[in-house]
Amino acid sequence: MSKVIPIHAMEDFKERSRNVLNNPGQRKNFRGAMDFLQAKRKGQFPDQEEREGLRDLGSAIRRYSLAHLPRLLEQLEENLTANGVQVHWAETPDQANAIALNIAQRVKARHIIKGKSMVSEEIEFNHAMEAAGIEAFESDMGEYIVQLAGEKPSHIIMPAIHKTKAEIAKLFADEVPGVAYTEDVDALIQIGRRVLRRKFADADIGLSGVNFCVAETGSLCLVENEGNGRMCTTVPKVHIAITGIEKVVEKLEHVPPLYSLLSRSATGQAMTTYCNLISGPRKPGELDGPEEVHLILLDNGRTQAYADEQLRVTLQCIRCGACMNHCPVYARIGGHAYGTTYPGPIGAIISPHMLGLESTYPLAFASTLCGACAEVCPVKIPIPDILVRLRNEAMAQPESEDATLRGSGVARTVAATAVWGVWSQVYSRLGLYKLASWFMSRGRAMSPSEQGAWTRSRTPLVPAPKRLRDLLKDRKS
Amino acid sequence: MSTTVQARESILGRLRATNISDKPPLPDVKAWFDAHRRNEDLPQRISRLRTAMEAVKTEFHDVTETDWPEVLLRVAATKGIRNLLIGTNTALGATLEARDLGPLELLRYKQPIEAWRDILFDTVDASLTSARSAVAEIGSVILWPTPAEPRLMSLVPHIHFVLLDAATIHSDLHSAITSEGWKDGLPTNALLIGGPSKTADIQQTLAYGAHGPKELIVLLRHAQGVAP
Repeated sequence: MSKVIPIHAMEDFKERSRNVLNNPGQRKNFRGAMDFLQAKRKGQFPDQEEREGLRDLGSAIRRYSLAHLPRLLEQLEENLTANGVQVHWAETPDQANAIALNIAQRVKARHIIKGKSMVSEEIEFNHAMEAAGIEAFESDMGEYIVQLAGEKPSHIIMPAIHKTKAEIAKLFADEVPGVAYTEDVDALIQIGRRVLRRKFADADIGLSGVNFCVAETGSLCLVENEGNGRMCTTVPKVHIAITGIEKVVEKLEHVPPLYSLLSRSATGQAMTTYCNLISGPRKPGELDGPEEVHLILLDNGRTQAYADEQLRVTLQCIRCGACMNHCPVYARIGGHAYGTTYPGPIGAIISPHMLGLESTYPLAFASTLCGACAEVCPVKIPIPDILVRLRNEAMAQPESEDATLRGSGVARTVAATAVWGVWSQVYSRLGLYKLASWFMSRGRAMSPSEQGAWTRSRTPLVPAPKRLRDLLKDRKS
Repeated sequence: MSTTVQARESILGRLRATNISDKPPLPDVKAWFDAHRRNEDLPQRISRLRTAMEAVKTEFHDVTETDWPEVLLRVAATKGIRNLLIGTNTALGATLEARDLGPLELLRYKQPIEAWRDILFDTVDASLTSARSAVAEIGSVILWPTPAEPRLMSLVPHIHFVLLDAATIHSDLHSAITSEGWKDGLPTNALLIGGPSKTADIQQTLAYGAHGPKELIVLLRHAQGVAP
């Protein structure tokens, strides 16, 4: 129960990637979606000075919040509690699910309606509830489609980005009772609206994520376009919010800049349709809103990232997805190939803390280090630097001071260690270098024709017949 | 010790054990907004709010202190609205109650949601609420739901009318939350609403009326003697 799809070896990741690369339809969906999202974002930042200033401010707010994280979490807990919100802490996905299940069983819940929450995906919430006989129903249109198809989200903001409207039309006709095949997007959305309105009205518990927790006021801030988030947090008698411990900011005035960066970077909107600021359950005299509000704060590896100065910046993330929208690797292989809850560049740098480096190290290598992700990141996370760090961690000698993460040294092999050992000797001793390069240039005919991954799609590497030093000598004479 | 208390201690313990040598100062958010705020007068703020909200399918009608019920009735008639949910004991409600509304039936949010959830979801065509204020820069109206005008009034009915006083339009969100003193007294739920609900989850095609209202209609009330 509650384990994210594991990536057991580099080969699984490569095989999944190859499958997508060989599927022109999927590639077209992703390419089209990425071009669309890139253009939308660009349109929202016409003024470079304003954009860079706002990114600096967003980054400063997130760095400040993380530097004071333990204090802010305590302040948040105190103010939420004073507002009547019950705060729970979970170190692992199992603990988080157990907390939610406890609440569900106490209120005898049968149906849970869910707003969009990547943390609930991270802990495999739906499976945990189903195992206990409780229905967990997704209400974000994209998540609803993905759940109906028995799949997982392929993007953190647009979960059904891998599907065409024809595929969704067929899915609805097959799976929703009384629905005829239609590719009209408005009609498809109205089908979803009809089905889900009933679900909102009948649910015992609403589950949601959180975009920002505000410590000074004890508030939960949720942003969205569809209104399902407001439904989930307002209609059922119980609202459970779940989020990672890093999502807190100190002051309410820290929200406007981050909210602007999030809306513009994620979907290229000046702002989302709704910004929903929740500061407590229904008060006496109020006629709607949940009677109980709970917040589950999840660690799941975040404290491991926090402990390391360089890796702490991964916790600045506000989950906009701009890094994946601009990643040449994500655009080609899509979200499912990564095999983790969070795909793309940000997934490659946060998943190792959640799942260990053993199963996730291939993701750090699935990058050209082109730097597009860092360039668009609204809170300036230097993603390529962290990818390089994770590559080093994967190759580090276990137990050495370079090995600081769960699973460090997983990719280290005797052969590779020996090869780099020799390389380092040769390149740090002039005499040895001269000798080795002399042998290489003279023995070039003996170069192997099979050179591993290099020759799978390229011609073999062969040393030049003359070394640079020989060419220079020829010129002088 | 319960699991969650234990988890709290270990999480906070691990965070506190991390020595952060270089703690950045509190970011000066106000300075940034002060430097980037456009100094616009009211007509300019109105125009920016309308442009932003109309771009996402919000409908605007200019109204006065006295003619807003007529405008509302006219719009309701053209849209074939049969009933309108209003707040309890509100000035807006009283004004409407005092008039002949023709075929339009007034409904009131008088009981807790549990008592009439299915009626609200299945039979209410439209609602009317007041707005607290609005934000020009991000094209949004601000609502603070109250016992008189509960949260779901602006969410469940298919059409949402919102009466906004033009004079309350702020330049940006930062000035709205600071000048209104939000941090010192937030309601259980504060909302920004930028338009009717929408989604682009099917092949990036924008569709309105996802889960919340399909239409948002702003009655923009101008003070007496101020030309719209």
